[in-house]
Amino acid sequence: MEYIIIIISAVFVNNIVLSQFLGICPFMGVSNKVDTALGMSGAVTFVMVIATIVTYLLQQYILEPLGIGFMQTVSYILVIAALVQLVEIILKKVSPSLYQALGIFLPLITTNCTILGVAILTFQKDYNLAEGVVFAFANAVGFGIALVTFSGIREQLELAEIPAGMRGVPIAFIIAGILAMAFMGFANIV
Amino acid sequence: MNQGRNFLKGFIKENPVFVLFLGLCPTLGTTGSALNGLSMGLATTFVLVLSNVFISVFARFIPDKVRIPSYIVIIASFVTIVDLLMSAYTNTPGPHGEPSLYDNLGIFIPLIVVNCIVLGRAEAFASKNSVLSSLLDGLGIGLGFAFALTLLGTVREVLGNGSVFGYKFITGDGILIFIMAPGAFLALGYLIMIMNKIKQRTAKV
Repeated sequence: MEYIIIIISAVFVNNIVLSQFLGICPFMGVSNKVDTALGMSGAVTFVMVIATIVTYLLQQYILEPLGIGFMQTVSYILVIAALVQLVEIILKKVSPSLYQALGIFLPLITTNCTILGVAILTFQKDYNLAEGVVFAFANAVGFGIALVTFSGIREQLELAEIPAGMRGVPIAFIIAGILAMAFMGFANIV
Repeated sequence: MNQGRNFLKGFIKENPVFVLFLGLCPTLGTTGSALNGLSMGLATTFVLVLSNVFISVFARFIPDKVRIPSYIVIIASFVTIVDLLMSAYTNTPGPHGEPSLYDNLGIFIPLIVVNCIVLGRAEAFASKNSVLSSLLDGLGIGLGFAFALTLLGTVREVLGNGSVFGYKFITGDGILIFIMAPGAFLALGYLIMIMNKIKQRTAKV
C-alpha cells in the first residue's frame, strides 16, 4: 500500500517535471518527436534507478559512517557521472540493440538534474532502499509520461498556425503550463 | 572596452534564460516570489564567478581528457560552500512561521551543480581566457541570470499575490495560479515572447 502511494504521488500528484520543475532541459530539448521522447525516458528510467541504488549505498556505507555528509553533492555528482559512462560502456558490449536505442541520450543524462534531484530527494525523504527504488522508478515514469504527452502535442503543433513571436520556445512553455494545470487536477488524491 | 563587453553581454545579448534557454529548472522552480528568484540568482552568480576564476587559473594544469570531471568537482565544491553558508545564515523561519529562504529554495541549491550555465561557461569561456576576463564573464552572466529570475519572480508575485519583494500594494488574493506551478511556465512563455518581439523590432530598424 505504501509503495502504491509513493508511485501515485510521484507520477501524478508531484510530477517531477510539471510540478517540481526538474529536468526541464530535456523536456524542452528532446520533445519534438514521440520516438526520441520514448528513447530519452527509457534511458532516464534505467539510469535513475541504478543511480538511486548506488547513491543510497554510498550515503549509508561511506558518507554516514565517516561523518562526511557535507560531501554529499560532490560525491553524488561524481558517482552519477562515472555511472553514466559505465552504463554506456556495458550497454555497448552487452546489448548493442538497447545501446542503439538509448545510446545517444546517455551522455545528456549526466547534466539532467532529475537524476541528482531524485537521489537527493530519496535521502531527504528518509526512504529505505526498497522505497528509494520504487520512488526513483515512479519519478522516471512520471518524467516519461510528461515527456511523451508533451512531444505528442508538439508534433501536432507543427501543423498549426502560430503567431510569429510565439513560434518555437514560447508556445512550448504555454503548452507546458496548460499541461501542468491539467496535472493539478490530480492534487489531493493521495 | 573589451572587458566591459565581457561583463555586459550576459544581460541582454547572451542572457542565459531569455536567449540561450539554459538553467531553466531553477528559473521555473524558484521564482514564486521576487526575493526567492533574486537569492537563487545571486547564489548561482557566486558559484559561477568562483568556479570561472578557479578554472581559468587551473585549466592549463588539467589534462584534456579529465577536464569535464575536474570542472564538475570544482563547481560541486563551491556549491557545497554556498549550501552550507545558506543553511547557516538564511535558515530562520519568518515571523508568522513562513518557511525560511533556505527551505524555499530547497533542492535547487545543491542542483546548482548541474546547472548547464555554470559548466557551459567553464568549458566555453573560463578554460580559454584570462582570469580577469573569466571573472567578469562569470559576474555578467551570473547577474544576467539573477536579473532574469528576479524579473520572472516579480511578474509572478505581482500577478499572483499583488506584492513585490513581500510589500503588498494590491489588496485581495491575486491570480493564484501564477504562484503555483503552471504559472511559472505561462509567465516565462509570455516573457520570452515579449523578448522575441523586442528583438524582431530592433532587428528591423
